[in-house]
Formats: sequence, C-alpha cells, structure tokens
Amino acid sequence: MARRILPGLPLTLGITLVYVAVIVVLPLGALIFKAASLGPEDYWRIVSSERAVASYRITILCALAATFFNLVFGLALAWIIVRYRFPGRRFVDALVDLPFALPTAVAGIALTTLFASNGWFGAPLAAIGIKVAYTPLGIIIAMAFTSLPFIVRTVQPVLEELDPALEEAGQTLDASDLEVFLRVILPQLAPSLLAGLSLSFARSLGEFGAIIFIAGNQPFETEITALLAFIRLEEYDYPASAAIASVMLLAAFTMLAVTNLLQARALRYTVKG
Amino acid sequence: MKIRLDTVVKTFDTFRAVHGVSLEIESGELVALLGPSGSGKTTILRMVAGLEFPDGGAIYFGDENATDIEVRHRGVGFVFQHYALFPHMTVGENIAFGMKVSKTKRSATEISGRVTHLLRLVQLEGLQDRFPAQISGGQRQRVALARALAVDPKVLLLDEPFGALDANVRRDLRRWLRKIHDELGITTLFVTHDQAEALDLADRVVILDKGKIVQSGTPEEVCRAPASAFVMNFLGDANRLKVTVSDEKAQIQGVVFDADGIADGPAELFFRPVDVTWREDGHGIQATIARVIDRPDSRRVLALTVDGQSIEFDAAPEFPFRAETRGFVDIRRPRVYPA
Repeated sequence: MARRILPGLPLTLGITLVYVAVIVVLPLGALIFKAASLGPEDYWRIVSSERAVASYRITILCALAATFFNLVFGLALAWIIVRYRFPGRRFVDALVDLPFALPTAVAGIALTTLFASNGWFGAPLAAIGIKVAYTPLGIIIAMAFTSLPFIVRTVQPVLEELDPALEEAGQTLDASDLEVFLRVILPQLAPSLLAGLSLSFARSLGEFGAIIFIAGNQPFETEITALLAFIRLEEYDYPASAAIASVMLLAAFTMLAVTNLLQARALRYTVKG
Repeated sequence: MKIRLDTVVKTFDTFRAVHGVSLEIESGELVALLGPSGSGKTTILRMVAGLEFPDGGAIYFGDENATDIEVRHRGVGFVFQHYALFPHMTVGENIAFGMKVSKTKRSATEISGRVTHLLRLVQLEGLQDRFPAQISGGQRQRVALARALAVDPKVLLLDEPFGALDANVRRDLRRWLRKIHDELGITTLFVTHDQAEALDLADRVVILDKGKIVQSGTPEEVCRAPASAFVMNFLGDANRLKVTVSDEKAQIQGVVFDADGIADGPAELFFRPVDVTWREDGHGIQATIARVIDRPDSRRVLALTVDGQSIEFDAAPEFPFRAETRGFVDIRRPRVYPA
C-alpha cells in the first residue's frame, strides 16, 4: 500500500464511521427493524391501504410540482444573484437561506396566515376563485418555500464559474440567446441542477412542519405521508408507522440513486482519457 | 472584407480603454494589434467583433457601417484567449455547432463533411469524438480555429491566440496559422503582447499604448524605424542612456550622435544590445565591465559607464574580457528620442 501523505486517516476514518453508524444508520435500521416486526401480509395491507396510497399520491405529486416550481424560480434567482449587480443583491443572497434557518412550523403558520381566505395573499386569490390554504396548492407552496435554497445554492457556484466567453462564443457562431441558453449554458448546469432537484424533491417528500398547518390534513385530499406516519405514531401503532415510513425511505433512496446515475452521465465529458 | 475604424472611443466606468483609434485593415491582410496589458488592444478586437460597443466613433465592414450591428450578424469568426470550447461537446460537435444553429439550413451529411474537411485543415483528423478536456492546449487552439472557420466568416479575429501555450508549440502554431491564412485569404486581426509573435506572423503591426496607436507599419518599418522610445523599448531589448542635445547633436562624455529634429535639452539615446562593439582603446563611451553572462550562442556583457548608467550588450562567445575590465563602448545604429 502506498504511503499516505496526509496524517490522521485511521483516526478520522474511525470517527467518521462511528458517527455515520450512530447518527444515520442506527435510526434507519431501527425503522426497518420495526417495520419488519409485521408479517408480510400485515405490512402489505398497511402500506397499500387506500388512505396510505392516497397520501403517497398527494405527497409525490405536490413534491414534483414544488420541485418544478423551484427549478424555474431557483434557477432564475441564482442567475440574477450571479449575473447582475443591483442594490440589495447581497440582501437577496442572504434571504435565500432563510427557509433553512426558519423553524418549519413558523414558516407553516406564516404561510397559512398569508394564504388563508382572509389573508394578504389569500383574499385576492380567493376573489379570483383560487383557494390555497387547505388545498394541495397550499402543500405545494409550503414545500416550495422550504426547499428553495437547495436549487439556488447548488447552481450558484457553478454559474459563478461559468466562463462568459462560452456564451460569447455561442453568439459569434450565430446562435440565438435561446440556443445559447439551451445548448451551451443549460448542459453545463445540468449536473448541479440535478443535484439541487433531487435534494429539493427529497426535502419536499419529507417536509412535515410547514405543511401540516396549511394543508388542512383531510384524509384522501390533503394528507401527506409523513402526517399519516405521525398519526399512526400517536395511536401507538408503531409498526404501522414504521411501515409507512419505510415506503418513504425507499422512495427517497431510489430517487437519490437515480439522480446520481443521471449526474454521472451528465458529467461524462469531464472524464480524461 | 476591408475593416475601417474611425476615431473609436471606449470607456469602462471611469477608465478610458480606447482613445480615438483610427485604423484600416485591407481585405485579406493579416494584422497584429501589439501592446502591453491595458493598452486597449483586446477592447479594440472585441469592438470589431461586436462583443463591445464603442462610446464614440464608427466601425465599417466594407462600405457598411457596422458600429451597431450585433455580434451574431457581423459574420466574424472569433478565437478566444482560453479557446472557450464547449466542454460538454466533442471536438466534432464543437466544430459543427455554428453550422447547426445557423439560419442557413445544412443537411447532416453536409455538416459532417465540412467537419471532416476542417479537421483535416487543422490537422486533427481522428480526434472528433474526444472531449476538449481530453486533448492538449495546442489541439484545443486548433479546434477553436476550426470552429470559428466553420461558419465562413468574412473576418477572423484572434485574442492572444497562443498566449497559453508553451514556446515550441507557439512557434509551430504561428507558422501554421500563417499558412492557413495564406490558403484562405481571409482578413485576419489578432491581438498579442508578444512582439516576436506579431513580427513573425503579421503583414502589418499596429502598436498600441494607453489606448492609442503609437505606430503602425510592416514588421520591417517598425523594427527599422521605431517612432518613439516606447516602441523602441517594447519591440525588444534596448539600452537607454541620458544625453544632452544641442543643435540637433546628442552628446554623452564627449561622444556625439545625430539627433535630427530633437529639441535642445535632455534626451535619451537608445540602442540594441547587438549594436555594440567593445574596444580596449579608441573612441566610444568609457565603461567598466560589471558582469558577463554566458548564453548558448553569445555572451551578454553588463557594463557601467563612468557616470554609473548601465549598458548591456551581446558579444561573441570568444569575448575574452572579465569583470573590472575597462574599455570603450562603440555604438552602431543609435536612436535619440526626446526624454
């Protein structure tokens, strides 16, 4: 084995592994263990119950919608922060992290107040027939709010490093602005966008605090999977709660694996050979 | 395509990058914009390309006023200093990009035929499926040129085309670029801070300092008759001695040089290190050798005049003298400029 240059590998490796085991693997292991205490039939009955399936559908569709919204809006936000100099730019830059810092319950209450049918945003929207609070739209807004920083913060550094000469090269070659964006800029942002999207989507799947205030939590209508797991927990039905949670775990894990594969494909041009 | 700049001015924030530059580039000419960093040469090139717009003056392509025409409608090929190849596209895709997005529709076979042709022109056959990260700097440079040529530009613009390459590759690429220019006959303007590169490659050299043209001419003209002390210094190693002029004669330690058209008073005498003969006695400026540096083809001698001004000159490898030797510096081809 080659001699290592940097000192401290055995120690740091040991600490890291113990840390990962205790903080990450152990709770997840306990979750799976708990879910496994159910027989296969009971497990299947619980995870495929109509109410559970409805909650998956709501959670996944709303998370997709929120992620798509963040894709467009987050990219635009990262773009203006990196490319333009305007008064208050640093303030906007700092503001982006606010959803991370704010307790999600506070965000949920604030959003509910704003979007309730007598709220600042809710009242005018209600006047044109759009109801936000206590509908899936409210869930989408809560999810989009809490996961916005992921897209901005993953795309921003890549955008900063992007050589403006690439865009100029596109222009000298007679490409329109749209073509420069689609063929030159976007492909280079793709790996970071994918990373941001998967984080944003994963966070939306798991979001709880912000959503329960604004969603109304009607079973089959606006009940998210995390809430259903929580309800089972409150009923002291721990195995059922773990079973539902294990489905979310599987979904999140599969999604992260797929985006990793996509990312590797998007980055294939950086491989030297 | 003939290009004409008419008193072009460009200011960035408060910094005036280009002060009223007027310049004509004949159709098919290969012209170098030569100057130190901050001389405005790249800004001029970018204004010709349409990547910057002048604050004053006009730029003509042929008889057409192109001042406000956008870069994508100017029909220029631009080679960027760091190539600006699209990293996510292969060499072939990079070269084909301009043809694919062009308003002139071309068939896939036509595009691939042209890519093959251009790869042959830039001597990179067989590399079309590599990504830019997988080829050398010199190869990237040639891909960038092929990409710029693919759209049949009327004018080719190159920004420090060989700046990022090592010395041997630079020399080969220079000769090669000259050959391509002679084959295609395309009007070409390139920017460099390297005088050897400009003199080696260009039909005409335009020397810039602080946003102004200080001299423009063939390599022979600028080398044989530098218009100012700046040009003399910038084009190559030069010695500078303080002299006094009276009656159009410059004088230092009793040695007299012609100074036609120079006003009386202090002035500067310039000469190249090769234009010096060391004499043990006789006439010349009295000096003492301070140090001798050996080079493969010559010896570089550092000497000090009696009044403490330093002189460097090149001597034959057989030059026998050492430090502390006293003698006389005999100067050929002296040039006197106002101080």
